[in-house]
Amino acid sequence: MKIARRFAWFLIAATLLVCLNAGFLAPAHYATQFREAPNAPPSRAHWLGTDALGRDLFSRTLYGTRVSLLLAPAAALLSTLLAGLIGGAAGYLGGIWERLAMAVTDLVLSLPWLFLLITVRALLPLDVSPMTSIAVTFLLLGCLGWAASARVLCAGARSLRQAEFVLQARVSGMHGFRLFAVHVLPNLKPVLYAQFWISVPVFILSEANLGVLGLGVAEPMPSWGGLMRELETMWSPMAEAWKLAPLLLLVMVVGSLQLLISREEIPV
Amino acid sequence: MSSVSSVVNNERFAGVNEMVRNVLRHALMIAATALLGGLLTATMVRFAPGFSVDERQLDSRLSPESMQALREARAAERNVVHFYASYLYHAAHGDLGVSRTLNRPVRELLAERWPATLRSAGLGLLLGWVMALTLAVSAAMLRRGTFDVFATLLAGAVLCIPSAVLALLSVFANGPAPLVVALIVFPRLYRYCRNLLAQSYNRPHLITAYAKGIGGPRIFCAHVLPLAGPQLLALAGVSVSMAFGAAIPVEAICGIPGIGQLAWQAALGRDLPLLLTLTVLVTLVTLFANLTSDVVAQVLAPRQG
Repeated sequence: MKIARRFAWFLIAATLLVCLNAGFLAPAHYATQFREAPNAPPSRAHWLGTDALGRDLFSRTLYGTRVSLLLAPAAALLSTLLAGLIGGAAGYLGGIWERLAMAVTDLVLSLPWLFLLITVRALLPLDVSPMTSIAVTFLLLGCLGWAASARVLCAGARSLRQAEFVLQARVSGMHGFRLFAVHVLPNLKPVLYAQFWISVPVFILSEANLGVLGLGVAEPMPSWGGLMRELETMWSPMAEAWKLAPLLLLVMVVGSLQLLISREEIPV
Repeated sequence: MSSVSSVVNNERFAGVNEMVRNVLRHALMIAATALLGGLLTATMVRFAPGFSVDERQLDSRLSPESMQALREARAAERNVVHFYASYLYHAAHGDLGVSRTLNRPVRELLAERWPATLRSAGLGLLLGWVMALTLAVSAAMLRRGTFDVFATLLAGAVLCIPSAVLALLSVFANGPAPLVVALIVFPRLYRYCRNLLAQSYNRPHLITAYAKGIGGPRIFCAHVLPLAGPQLLALAGVSVSMAFGAAIPVEAICGIPGIGQLAWQAALGRDLPLLLTLTVLVTLVTLFANLTSDVVAQVLAPRQG
């Protein structure tokens, strides 16, 4: 199991390293069109062939990986912070605040995730610039994905409320936000870290789903979701297997993340 | 003897009381969702970019009177409270509005599309449960590392593929839509079922039962199922929400004219009233499923005790 985890870390680190250096490693810019070679198979010039608009798929995969792999953790960070504030404060304050926060959390959790995502995404303009669409997509994930984590953090903060060191701090005259920020929040760190790592693969997959449905990052900016949308134009997965490269990369990264966050040990 | 029966009666009364309280809590939640969802619908639709613009106003052939009529119709919708009150009033009378992109009453669209979603999501959910329970029960009963690893890896691998891509791959393989919904739901159910059953099997009294030589199926039916049953029922309620979520990519990509495809079309066309009505309705269905699973779990609980 240790070897599997090390391998997972290596895969994630290698993917990150390669995609961060996309500017040096990619043979072309993600939007450059080779109009003489649309839908070209893999060749020495285009390692993963080209798409219907003649854009180099290898370059687009590198840039798309960078978008998905950097912004999913950013969205996870935002959602974890929101969950920490909402759930942590609710658990710390208790009483009516806790009941109110948990009622809102239950309400958000009862909405099917993809329904909620596409509904709020559709409320915002769809014909925006690629950079705005990236910000909208990942801010949306960050702002909507806090509920499940907030529930866990609320339970954590509730248990801390009666902890001896918190009572001691209270007796010493520390109250309100200072007590929350100095004693409660730092003790929720392990739960916050766990919730952060759990959110990352969820957001990567959510972006991919939104992208395939045409509600994600706008063209010509590539992302894993946008790249996988091009699978719709495939004749057959066997005949054009190279077009599955972004999917394989996504499965590899998400699988590695799942392995790293899984608490149960698989006896290998 | 009479004191024993009174204690039993008191316990039953307390159980019924708790069940009623639970049902009331869920009913309150459903009512709050309907009202809050409606308010959110009205507010978000009202403040969404482009709300106050009607493209018909750009038509130079329209007379000034027609223009004025269009402006007045929009002005009435600008006040959120008025808009919400009107929405609630019409919804209470079964009028869910008119879809702007499809130009048809939402009620008509729902009546047309529900059966397809119920078929694909319902069958998919059933199949997903069969797959998850078969693997989880086998892994727990066999208590063999290799089978557990195989099942966990299988579920983990499917979990890593985006739902929309699974739907796309099924189109290439001519796979049925319920199978895709099942594949989307199965790994999430399997993980929970496996952990739950593994926890139940590790209880001391079950280890004792094994040591006494009681057969696996008997242990499962008499000891494991009563322990894990209520939580599995709670998961059944939650899984309805998963199946509806899975219906969007599956129906959109496989071309099934259901609620999921309708929601996707509404999102692409920014048909906000239709999309938000759909979301509120699906949420109500999932809350109702949670209520049902909770009541069934409560009804079964005393018998298990």
